[in-house]
Amino acid sequence: MKSTINQLITKHWAVFRLIGVMGIMLCLVSLMSLASNTGNKAEVSTATLVVKKDSVASVAAFKKVYRVLMSPRCMNCHPAGDVPLQGDDSHLHTMSPQRGLEGKGVYAMKCSNCHQPTNTPGKNTPPGNPNWHLPPANMKMVFEGRTAHQLAKQLMDPKQNGNKDMKKLIEHADDGLVLAGWNPGEGRTLPPMSHAEFKKAWLTWLSTGAYAPKK
Amino acid sequence: MISLNINDKTYQIDADRDMPLLWAIRDLVGLTGTKFGCGVAQCGACVVHLNGEAVRSCVTKVGRAEGQKVLTIEGLSEHNDHPLQLAWNEISVPQCGYCHSGQLMSAAVLLRENPNPSDEDIDHAMAGNICRCGTYPRIRKAIHMAAELQKQKETTE
Repeated sequence: MKSTINQLITKHWAVFRLIGVMGIMLCLVSLMSLASNTGNKAEVSTATLVVKKDSVASVAAFKKVYRVLMSPRCMNCHPAGDVPLQGDDSHLHTMSPQRGLEGKGVYAMKCSNCHQPTNTPGKNTPPGNPNWHLPPANMKMVFEGRTAHQLAKQLMDPKQNGNKDMKKLIEHADDGLVLAGWNPGEGRTLPPMSHAEFKKAWLTWLSTGAYAPKK
Repeated sequence: MISLNINDKTYQIDADRDMPLLWAIRDLVGLTGTKFGCGVAQCGACVVHLNGEAVRSCVTKVGRAEGQKVLTIEGLSEHNDHPLQLAWNEISVPQCGYCHSGQLMSAAVLLRENPNPSDEDIDHAMAGNICRCGTYPRIRKAIHMAAELQKQKETTE
């Protein structure tokens, strides 16, 4: 019996070897495909954004984007000076906390000394986020006082937008601090449209050529 | 039970993680040097150090401080001889005194990060600590004096 099996193996060795090699190759291909799929997932957001220039649609989309960016929930942390703004009337932040080099305040007046990782309950209490900060001193990314034209140009200039390329600009719509604008704590108005609407307008603006309005 | 390290001593407290740190420090641990002022991070009376930063304990939850290092006015120095305490005493800075543990804890962070602060630096660091008695000119003077005392202390050590 044993010798019969040995004869069979010897006779068909090439076939067994071929099956083995094919099996290993199949495993390798499957693994590579898995790895490739995982990599693609991160690129989906950028890969799906095909730029098709349309200045009319682009400018229309930016008008929506601009309304959000100039709302207190966004603009208050993009001030023209080195003190953040506060409240729905965008007054200078009480206590005059300073931007500091990294945008996180100075000395005993650092943002996270009052702004906790989450919103503090109650009206007129500090809103929270684990990463609360202003833009840094070397890249202030000012919104306050900018016209729609100026802001659109600024947002597309890596020297003024925090070195963001298209991929990073797309991702920024879902940044933790951006999202915090729609969770501002009690007593603060929301941006003028939902985050989903904002993101749609943002992606439309970018995907139609990121045209700046004339004014 | 939550473990808090306050002034290098460990305390086990039975508290909700969302309890303000100030309540735990004052009511559960019994260190009453830190004061309640506004309860909404507006006045600075409740400032303590959390890992060296001047947090407002009225809005800082106990859960954020768990396992971290908390320093209160009682732990600022071993013999009440921090340069700021000496200067505060020398100049008789406080009037009613209620806000001054917070003032001292904020000033301590300033002096640690900037041993030679200008008037402007002092204003930037201390703008969040309100004093209803208006002792601001003496606070500024005492911080300058403490900076000198700190330098002298460092050269003699």
